[in-house]
Amino acid sequence: MSEKMMKVIEEGIGKMIQPFDLDEFRAFNRSKDKALVDKRMTEAEAVTRFLKDGDYIGIELYGTVRCPMSLSREIIRQGYKNLRSVGQGVYETEMMLAAGCLRELDWTYIGLEVYGVSPNARRAVESGYAHTVTEWSNAAIAWRFKAAAMGIPFIPVRSMLGTDTLKYSSAKVVECPFTGKPVCLLPALVVDVGFIHVNRADKHGNCQIDGIAGFAREMAGASKRLIISTEEIVDTDEIRRAPDRTIIPYYQVDAVVHAPFGSHPGEMSGLYERDEEHIKQYYEDAKDAEKSQAYLKKYVYDLKDHREYLDLIGRDRLQGLRIRKEG
Amino acid sequence: MSARYNGTELMICLASRTMVDRTTAFIGTGVPMLAASLAQRMHAPNLMPVFEFGGTGAILEKLPLAVGDMRTYNKGLYASGICDIMETSQRGFIEYGFLGGAQIDPYGNLNSTVIGPQPKPKVRLPGSGGANDVGSSCWQTIIIMRQSARSFVEKVDFITTPGYLSGPGARERAGLPANTGPYMVVTDLCTLDFDAQSKRMRLKALNPGIEQQQVIESTGFELLLPDKVGRNEPPTDEELRILREEVDKDKLYI
Repeated sequence: MSEKMMKVIEEGIGKMIQPFDLDEFRAFNRSKDKALVDKRMTEAEAVTRFLKDGDYIGIELYGTVRCPMSLSREIIRQGYKNLRSVGQGVYETEMMLAAGCLRELDWTYIGLEVYGVSPNARRAVESGYAHTVTEWSNAAIAWRFKAAAMGIPFIPVRSMLGTDTLKYSSAKVVECPFTGKPVCLLPALVVDVGFIHVNRADKHGNCQIDGIAGFAREMAGASKRLIISTEEIVDTDEIRRAPDRTIIPYYQVDAVVHAPFGSHPGEMSGLYERDEEHIKQYYEDAKDAEKSQAYLKKYVYDLKDHREYLDLIGRDRLQGLRIRKEG
Repeated sequence: MSARYNGTELMICLASRTMVDRTTAFIGTGVPMLAASLAQRMHAPNLMPVFEFGGTGAILEKLPLAVGDMRTYNKGLYASGICDIMETSQRGFIEYGFLGGAQIDPYGNLNSTVIGPQPKPKVRLPGSGGANDVGSSCWQTIIIMRQSARSFVEKVDFITTPGYLSGPGARERAGLPANTGPYMVVTDLCTLDFDAQSKRMRLKALNPGIEQQQVIESTGFELLLPDKVGRNEPPTDEELRILREEVDKDKLYI
C-alpha cells in the first residue's frame, strides 16, 4: 500500500501566537450555559469578569466603523499590560498600543487609513515593547476565524503565497493532495475574548447588525468568550419576529453591554456619522508620545465609565452626528 | 506641472482611464476611490465597485473615508462581509484591484510592511491589510504611487504583496491563481506596464511635461524602454470639472 503524505513546501517562521486545541474548544463550548439568561452588565463588569492579562483578544469591526470603543477604553482603563491581539485595527488598537496593553500581535493592518501610518504602532514596535509581530493579510485573519468557527484546524487558501507576508506568518504551504499545486494553509484562530459592537441585541445576546457584517459571524464563532456592546437593547420578541436577521446567536455571547454611541468617535451604520474633528485631533495628538498620553488621561483614565465619556464629548455634539432619516 | 491641475488630479484621471466599463473593481480609500467614481461618471457607468469589508455596487455619491464605512454600500446592491468578498475574488469575479506601497521592485512586488528587517524594523508600516489578497486573486492590479529612486528599487525590503515575484511563471509556481498580476503602474511622472516575456516594468507613456530622462533618474532599477514611448493626455476640462464639482465636492482628497 502506498502511503501518500501531504508534502510541506514552506513553513512561515512567524510565531504561532495563539496555539489551539479544537477538542478543548469543543469542550469549552459544550460547557457554556445554553439557557436564555439575562447577560446585561456594564463595560467594567464584563471586562473584569471575562478578561485576564495574557489573554488573546479580538475586536470587530475596526477603528472608525462599528467598533466597540467603550469596551476598548475599559480595557485600557483597567491597565492590562500583556494582552495578545489580532492587529487588525485603527483607532482602538492605536490606543491600546499607546497604553502599552499589547505585547504580541498577529498583524494585518494597523494604521490610520486616510491619515497614514500609526505613530503609536511605530513607537511600540520600533522600541521593542510590542516584541512579537506575526504577519498576515486581512482575508487570512478572517479566514483563520472562519476555520475556528467551522471547528477545523486549518483552511486552504490562495492568498499570501510567494511573499514575505507568508514567510513571517505561521502559515504553511503544502502540495495540494488533489491537484498537486501549492496551496497556503492558514491555522485556525481561537480567540480567548472577543469584543463586537452591534446595532441591537436582546438581553440574552441575540444580535442584529445593520449594513456590512465585516467579520462578526466568523469572529463570534471563533471566540471562547464574547462580549457584545450594543446601541440598543430590544425585546426578544423583536428578535423572534425576524430570526433571519440574527448575525450572532445568544449562546456565543457572555455579556451584553448597553452602549449608545459605543462606536464614537467612529460611525455606526444608519445611526451616526464618525466624529471627524475628534478623530483628526486624536491623530494629531498621536504623533507626539506625550500628547498621546494626555489624550488617554483625558478620555480614558480620568473618566469612570462610558456615561462620563459621553458627557465629556457633549450631548449637542453627539446629536449633531446623528443621521437624519430622509423623507 | 500645469497650473490647471495638480499631481494628484493627474494620477486620478490616468487611473480612471484604465478602468473598463462592465467590470468589477476592488476599491481602496484615496486615489482609487476617486478614480472609480470619476470613471463611473465618464466612460464606465457600469463599473461595479467592491469594497473589501463587504460593500458591493455602491453609488459613490459621497466618498468613503474607510474601506468599511457606510458609504461603501450607499444605495448598494449587496452588503456582506470580508470573507464573502475575498472568496468572490478568489473564485475569479474581481477584475481590477488598486494597490500602493512604500516600495516597488521591477516585478511589481510591493512593500507596505517594514523598512529594515521585519523582526526589528527601522520603520514599521501599516502592513498588508487587504493588499496581499487583492494582489493575489484579482485578475489585474493597477499600482498607483509617486515615483522616486527611493521607492522604485531593485529589491524591496519586504514583499508584502505579490507582483510577478521573481519573474515569468513565478506566480503560478508559488500557487497563485493563473494569469493574474500587475498590469499597470500609474505615477506622477508616467504610466508603466510589464514586459510580457520578462515580466519586468517597462515605461509606457510619459505624463505631460515630463521627459524620459526624468523618469529614468527617478527609477532605482533598470527600466525597460519600448521602441516608442507614448504621451499621456492631460486631464480634460470635463474630467477636472466632474472630479472637483461632483466626485470630491467636499474637498476631502484634492
